[in-house]
Amino acid sequence: MRGSRPASRSSPIEGRRKPLSVANDSSAAIEAFELSRRYGRRWALANVSFRVERGSSVLLAGRNGSGKSTLLRVLSTAIRADRGTARIEGLDLRADRYEVRKKIALLGHHTNTYDALSAWQNLAISASLLGMPASRSAMMPLLEEVGLAERADDAIVGFSAGMRKRISIARVLLQIEAAPESAGASVIFLDEPYNQLDPPGFRFVDQMFKRLKEKGATVVMATHLIEHGAKICDVGMVLEGGRLIWSGPAADLPMRGGIAPALLTEGVA
Amino acid sequence: MQLAATLRKEILLQWRTRSQIAAVFIFGATSLLLFSFSIGPNSEALRLYAPGFLWLGLLLSSTLTLSESFHLEMEERALEGLLLLPASDRSLYYGKAIANAFQLTLLGIALIPVMVVLYDAGTTRIPAMIGVIILGAAGLSAPGTLYTAMTSQLRSQQTLLPLLLFPLVVPVLLAAVKATSLIILGDPMGQARSWIILLIAFDAIYWSLCGLLFGRVVED
Repeated sequence: MRGSRPASRSSPIEGRRKPLSVANDSSAAIEAFELSRRYGRRWALANVSFRVERGSSVLLAGRNGSGKSTLLRVLSTAIRADRGTARIEGLDLRADRYEVRKKIALLGHHTNTYDALSAWQNLAISASLLGMPASRSAMMPLLEEVGLAERADDAIVGFSAGMRKRISIARVLLQIEAAPESAGASVIFLDEPYNQLDPPGFRFVDQMFKRLKEKGATVVMATHLIEHGAKICDVGMVLEGGRLIWSGPAADLPMRGGIAPALLTEGVA
Repeated sequence: MQLAATLRKEILLQWRTRSQIAAVFIFGATSLLLFSFSIGPNSEALRLYAPGFLWLGLLLSSTLTLSESFHLEMEERALEGLLLLPASDRSLYYGKAIANAFQLTLLGIALIPVMVVLYDAGTTRIPAMIGVIILGAAGLSAPGTLYTAMTSQLRSQQTLLPLLLFPLVVPVLLAAVKATSLIILGDPMGQARSWIILLIAFDAIYWSLCGLLFGRVVED
């Protein structure tokens, strides 16, 4: 990652009426230039610019409400930026929305599942839309991987939050597997992936992370588990009040990330 | 292929939540019963107004089925998950609209015996009657699916959906009521055909236009 800079303290909309253009650099997995997003009058993301190399892993840190989830949701095309622009592997978030979605996977706060359907049926819907085999037997290896094979036929309305999270993890695994007509997702956004999981669930996330890195995928992970994240990620970024206030090697983040020590002492790690 | 996958998902969801369909049928049948009270025991008048009440019952019931179909999508932001897979917004729209039209058609067919019993408004032209119900249900579900998507994240959805939907479907409702009426009461002048053509024309407009607009509605 390079070229990140502290955001200006002035209004994020100052002097910016049109979407900004950014040069297309094919070696970058993510290029964000002055991304801003507001909810009502409050700017959740303000002039965030950065660049992430292909195959690198980014630890995104910051307090609650600092804009981590908003940034991940903007980059994953779940929501639009009000100002600024970004490219995912050279594709513009606005102009190439559908193509961008073929390259990304988001593990967000919501599980994106149907309560009325069983675990395997939920995965089968995603598989069939991705053009992959969607039979029960095709879904079982994935469910075994996330420890839900025994509950494959149960409607997920009766699942705990952690079990639902595992379904979401299985879906991300499905997305990174190569579909016949595409290479699968190569830029993965993980928003608080450890939340609601028990220790075996933590291991699933770490295994998934390892697998993603082995595949050469770019991973951006927002988490409050800073010390753990710093061990497994290459690059660190800290958001505060919607602004990017620090970026550098992930290993330096717990000591030099500005707000990170405060988070550590608040018992997160 | 994505359309087939979406349609399969919709039918699976409808099957898993079939108790809701039974509840909507009871709602529709109760509406027909209450409407019959407004006419009184005048069998001629009951028969005359039966098509209008059938379609009013279907229209009111449609708001329930449409709301429920998007409630399932919004519980855990399932629709957003499908869009990010990525699924084409048109496949998602047409899958949902076809499933809603299918559900409304079944409801309309199920309400025919209720109408016959309550209003003494039977007909031997069953295929024509079912054909009009299919076309009318399609005309309600196409804009209904779009407007339900628009209002699904609003707290005032229950109020806004009828306010937006009902004025828009007036031409469909009018054509469906007239065609049904001619089928039940007799059509010596052969007028039903022109009403059915009008119904098909509005269906074509709604299905093409709403399919184009759906992407804009569901994207942030």
